[in-house]
Amino acid sequence: MSLPPTPAGAQHTAILGLGAYRPSQVVPNSEIVEAIDSSDEWIQQRSGIKQRRFATPEESVQMMSVAAARTAVERAGLEMAQIDGVIVATVTHFMQTPAVATLIAHELGLDRPAAFDVSAACAGFCHGVALASDMVKAGSAKHVLVIGVERLSDILDLTDRGTAFIFGDGAGAVVVGPSDEPGIGPVVWGSDGEQSDLIRQREDWRDAIASENPRMPHLTMQGNAVFRWAAFEMAKIAHETLDRTGISVDDLDVFVPHQANMRIIDAMARSMKLPEHVAIARDIAEQGNTSAASIPLALDRLVEDGEAKSGDTALLIAFGAGLAYAAQVVTVP
Amino acid sequence: MANQTEILNDLATIVEDIAGVDAADVQLDKEFIGDLDVDSLSMVEIVVAAEEKFGVRIPDDEVKNLKTVGDAVNYIDQAQG
Repeated sequence: MSLPPTPAGAQHTAILGLGAYRPSQVVPNSEIVEAIDSSDEWIQQRSGIKQRRFATPEESVQMMSVAAARTAVERAGLEMAQIDGVIVATVTHFMQTPAVATLIAHELGLDRPAAFDVSAACAGFCHGVALASDMVKAGSAKHVLVIGVERLSDILDLTDRGTAFIFGDGAGAVVVGPSDEPGIGPVVWGSDGEQSDLIRQREDWRDAIASENPRMPHLTMQGNAVFRWAAFEMAKIAHETLDRTGISVDDLDVFVPHQANMRIIDAMARSMKLPEHVAIARDIAEQGNTSAASIPLALDRLVEDGEAKSGDTALLIAFGAGLAYAAQVVTVP
Repeated sequence: MANQTEILNDLATIVEDIAGVDAADVQLDKEFIGDLDVDSLSMVEIVVAAEEKFGVRIPDDEVKNLKTVGDAVNYIDQAQG
């Protein structure tokens, strides 16, 4: 016997509120250079990064997520009891189980919502936004918190010239919910497992523990190959996303690529031939590359600086380890 | 199909656009990294632009062998043939 039809959820979805948490500890390049025998000038030239933030022991993944989430819910004008879904995008929650999403939901005092973590590295936040939007449209949830959070400093080898200067910590959150007008466009997403070795944890936990010198497995990355994929392949995905949404690059007000490296951001903007009027997120200069947190943090900075206004049309495009990517056009809350 | 002089001129324009190096400085004997101060990330962009301009493929493991402008011009010339 077939099931009764499922009632639909909302016709349109939008981002209703945005919040951020930036760790208190600012780490300028001068504190990174000695261990990698480099210079402030080289780091800025290579990546555009002047400083990053590292979380203190108190600034756990859960703590940062809760702080960002509170702001997002408040700005959305909602009560905590109205949140019935929590998606946390992260690769630095170091318990296989339970998911940190359930702990966050409990600490926020939510009404026992659906809660789970998503592991899609730097593409995690945009995966989360897509899932949340689909959930609300399907009627699986009404208001979904999507959090991107990382403590990359926990798996950073400060002596590795390829990564030590790039990564940082932080959290960003949005509430996705129903809307009278479409505020979240279709997602364009995908993966390339053939290039899975380009950015990864150096070794499996079991190998790390069993080794003669047990330590945290670190991040490792092939910078040039990643640059090529991000700067060129992802520019094509950006265009595909605009096409799929039914807008042109001239309709765009804001461009928020994953803050991987300023050189990638510049190369993407060149490759896409972004018009002058488009505000481009460059939060990486002060925040470093915060993987799943980078897009909400970057959008938050543009809003704080007045470069992105409520109602603006923004392209979010996230890409990274997997390799994996996800992109969508959204209306700035 | 371009001859070596045309390749050099077009390549010089690409290097100027991407790395801000004066096209006149982009000469056959100049090393990308050593003389023109073009880092490995700019090399990636230059290679992609050259692939599009000249209709050739320059695999990643070939790029490291292209130390001088002349190396690049020769490679492109042969790849076009």
